Amino acid sequence: MTQPVALTINGRRREDHVEPRLLLVHYLREVAGLTGTHIACDTSQCGACTVLIDGEAVKSCSVFAVQAAGREVTTIEGLAADGILHPVQQAFWNEHGLQCGFCTPGFIMAAAYLLKQNPSPTDDEIVRGLEGNLCRCTGYENIKKAVRSASEAMSGKADGVSGELVGSAAVPVEG
Amino acid sequence: MITAAFEYARPGSVDEAQSLLTKYGADAKLIAGGQSLIPLMRLRLSQPTALIDIQGIPGLKEVRRDDGFVEIGALVRHVDIQRNATLRETLPLLVEMANDVGDSQVRNLGTIGGVIAHGDAAGDYNSLALMLDAEIVTNKRRHQARDFFRDIFTTALEHDEVVTAVRFPVSTGRFAYTKFRRRLYDWAIAGVAVQESGSSWRVGYVNLARTPRRGAAVERALAGGASAADAAAQSGSDIDPTGDVRATAEYKRHLAEVLTARTLQQATMAA
Repeated sequence: MTQPVALTINGRRREDHVEPRLLLVHYLREVAGLTGTHIACDTSQCGACTVLIDGEAVKSCSVFAVQAAGREVTTIEGLAADGILHPVQQAFWNEHGLQCGFCTPGFIMAAAYLLKQNPSPTDDEIVRGLEGNLCRCTGYENIKKAVRSASEAMSGKADGVSGELVGSAAVPVEG
Repeated sequence: MITAAFEYARPGSVDEAQSLLTKYGADAKLIAGGQSLIPLMRLRLSQPTALIDIQGIPGLKEVRRDDGFVEIGALVRHVDIQRNATLRETLPLLVEMANDVGDSQVRNLGTIGGVIAHGDAAGDYNSLALMLDAEIVTNKRRHQARDFFRDIFTTALEHDEVVTAVRFPVSTGRFAYTKFRRRLYDWAIAGVAVQESGSSWRVGYVNLARTPRRGAAVERALAGGASAADAAAQSGSDIDPTGDVRATAEYKRHLAEVLTARTLQQATMAA
């Protein structure tokens, strides 16, 4: 038995008929076709499926799509604006904040949320802010570096490599 | 895993939620943030036939100071507790607990009413409600916390009862909370909370029995002038832990005593 769900994803409104038991992550991937949100642990621990609902980070494997009705969902696909990577995306690129990359969309969404709440986090605050995300490759050091670098870029204090975040060297995105 | 199928309804008021609970019957459940319920449903340990989603009900998200009490609406989330200025002033131990619930994503969805209604002995707020003699306000009555937590995941709530708020006595004395766990986002393997209240101390135990527990024997020892270490030695009679995959019962008893002494010392040094 399905029921209608109307919500906004990355600024676009859509309406679908879904079973109430459809998880938001499955809705995003299989109905909306946005496969940038990953499924990893499937037990609400790893954070790979992190998206924003009304600007707040949540694990989309632990929310039913029907619960998100009327809300605004942002996925990794919605982070870049006007063809320019979001500073957090660019910083993960610059600082090599990933190895296999599977956990990266979730980390980037969690980090973007963290920096919105706390634009200049200390190292400890970065660790605490990303406590809900697991990475099995990097040992986290480059992820922390990426968040620090994004923080500097976003506050306009960027220098060196991170300076590429704003300006002509920023990488355009397709679509 | 995919959950069992269920019907889904979104009432606009507490009265409507109550009549939906009656309509859908014994296997219907309320859902707020869903951060405990959905993982259980995904393991099929819980298979409600209907979910009644109360997140849109107005009036359940306020924090109000009311004479000697602070009343917290059932839909107030962990993240709201972390950021609430009134709570920092009136119930700082709750804020301290909220900071350590799950992870950031969980704290953005999970609610205090959900923790209370779920009745988990590992739910940090439940032990706080018990040790501070809080009241649980529902659409039907006010429960005293000491009569509310009956058994493992079992509360005094009737099927068509909706938790609307939790009322804590304003508690501004010295306090500390130790949540012993292996990873930041875990439940407590063992948790100990202490709160100074007038000239006496309140002690609460998290995940050290089938229900939240109050450290009554430890409190009595402290009132009798015992040192933190001597009072902590009484903790064994306040708890009844069982062994699990993370720790044996014996180890949890050891933790309770060590953490009680340590948490009391931390609270008294923090002054």
